[in-house]
Amino acid sequence: MSCDCSNTPSNQPPSPSERRGVMLKLGIGLMGIGGAIASIPLIGYAITPALKKYKNSWIDLGGTADFPEGETRLGKFTNPNASPTDGASAEQAVWVRSYKPAQFQVFAVNCAHLGCPVKWFQQSKLFMCPCHGGVYYEDGSHASGPPPRGLFEYKWKIENGRLLIDAGRLPGLEQTV
Amino acid sequence: MFRNIKMVGTKMIGGLLGWTESRSGAIGFVQPILMHRVPRDAKWWYVFGSASLMFFSIQVVTGILLATMYAPSAAEAYSSLQYIDQQVPFGWMLRALHAWSSNAMILMVVIHMSQVFLHASFKFPRELMWMVGVLLLFCTLALAFTGQIMRWDQDAYWGLGIGAAIVDRVPMLGNQMRNVMLGGPYIGGATLSRFFALHVFVLPGLTIALIGAHMALILKNGISEMPKPGMVVDPKTYVVEYEERIKKNGVPFMPDAAQHDMVFCGLMLIIVGVLAAYLGPVGPNGIPNPTIIDANPRPDYAFLWIFTAMALMPPQIETAVLLIAPPIVVMLLLGLPLISNRGERAPSRRPGAVLAYVLIATALGTLTWLGVVSAWSPVMDAWTSLPTPVKYLVGRTPLEMQGALVMQHSQCRNCHSLGGEGGLRGPNLDNVGSRKSWDQLVRQVQQGGGNMPAYGKNLSSAETTAVVAFMTTLRNAGAPESTIPGAMERQSSPDQAPTSVASEAGK
Repeated sequence: MSCDCSNTPSNQPPSPSERRGVMLKLGIGLMGIGGAIASIPLIGYAITPALKKYKNSWIDLGGTADFPEGETRLGKFTNPNASPTDGASAEQAVWVRSYKPAQFQVFAVNCAHLGCPVKWFQQSKLFMCPCHGGVYYEDGSHASGPPPRGLFEYKWKIENGRLLIDAGRLPGLEQTV
Repeated sequence: MFRNIKMVGTKMIGGLLGWTESRSGAIGFVQPILMHRVPRDAKWWYVFGSASLMFFSIQVVTGILLATMYAPSAAEAYSSLQYIDQQVPFGWMLRALHAWSSNAMILMVVIHMSQVFLHASFKFPRELMWMVGVLLLFCTLALAFTGQIMRWDQDAYWGLGIGAAIVDRVPMLGNQMRNVMLGGPYIGGATLSRFFALHVFVLPGLTIALIGAHMALILKNGISEMPKPGMVVDPKTYVVEYEERIKKNGVPFMPDAAQHDMVFCGLMLIIVGVLAAYLGPVGPNGIPNPTIIDANPRPDYAFLWIFTAMALMPPQIETAVLLIAPPIVVMLLLGLPLISNRGERAPSRRPGAVLAYVLIATALGTLTWLGVVSAWSPVMDAWTSLPTPVKYLVGRTPLEMQGALVMQHSQCRNCHSLGGEGGLRGPNLDNVGSRKSWDQLVRQVQQGGGNMPAYGKNLSSAETTAVVAFMTTLRNAGAPESTIPGAMERQSSPDQAPTSVASEAGK
């Protein structure tokens, strides 16, 4: 990588600003400021989901007659926060238990342990999880296995004979439903 | 005439090479890499790193080709995979190769790492090579996890759910971190898109950069020799001595060492190719529609040990272990060459290291095997798909027959096996009548305990009586009905041959 440097311009005396390294410092400073400004939207874009407030909405699960007393049935709805590319993953399910006339419990299908889908067994009146064997009683309380608590419950209300739930988030231990 | 053409040809090729070389310096760049000297004994123990690199290259090629057909959108990913499998010529083979070569890459990385650990090749001056290697291990596993998400089936969907539930357990910031991971407050289109970006841009880019660093460090420090007892690493003298030995006894990488790599890699390539053609692509298993709650999600092989740990850990320590163990493991792995960078390298002089390796390998292997069996998971369809073995019904009273129905109907067999079929979560019930008395059985059914839910509210007393009556008949031939110790025994004939009551009754 040797070169014949005798007639390159670097043999000429450097300008005063070059000699004191002012130009280099200026370059580093400008790059730093420019980079910082440019990175604000980049970081903001990447962590949008942490900054944005996602709101739940009241979702219509169907007429109260669809959930007869004494039974636990699967209710389905489309996520109110759905985006155009979600496909089938915008569909959501909940377990709706009617234990008295017009009295409901609406459970997340997600196991309180690690979120796998629990399944209702009408005959033994148990919810069972296929992943790590969490089991819950019909009222959602913990029966056996690793879950640290009972099933997550949604807020519900009845309007004009329709059962509505307050939904939109994936339930978890930190922020339930 | 012919000689003339040959001469002109040789001259032209030589000219072209010279022209390119004078402008690119490519040969001058590659030659020292290919010809760097390696220890004479660098033979079959040294092939696993090259094999990892080969499988990574296959992943890059098949991955790019798959990306030309795959639709990274939650609405279309599943159907695009089916299209690749069923409509595109060789599409299924490409998916199979990508999946099985990924498994092979993990295997090769693990074997490579085992060899480096057991031969203590991470000691001075190769500490950084080990650390970069550990980062490459994490990249490999991250590629495997994000790749599993690309299948966008039920395993992918609920696997993400498990990941989200784990992240959610971080105190204070858990929910925000989870939303960043999922790209929103639930698993959807944004989730697949971000995992796609990780899987095809971020992680491969990072892996390629780290592989570059790993190779540059090989050229800088040289390949370690086979360890010999008594040949200790002393940072003060090692470099000089190593260079002397390599100068005297070393051989050029190409072809002396490389030929072993090539033979092994060729063999592995053929095996994985045949395996892929025979076993076919992995998944997609089940449409990722969360309203289909019949899913039975399982992670890929590389993560089964984590799946098992989640099932078997005491629930009280779970969150603490989930949040504290990973950083400790990462620090121990990265810091290993800083803890021990000198001294003996031979496994025979490092019994502690060998013992640690055997323990870790056994633990991971056992956890993985337990994950394959997953005895803790209820068999969700046992109660409808597995009939009560006929031999257990022969000669039973109507009440006992009714009890057999109650047992079937109440999903008991989702957790308890009968005749070798059913869940493994609870004990098998084949001779439960020999183990528990009538009263103990009633208590167990009604109050549960020992990980069994209480059925007191869910069964009528008539149902309980029937199922207990049936269970007391399930015992080894001639064995007495179990009684509470101290209570009066109904029969006693303890020395009977262990054939079942039912099979005798059937004669």
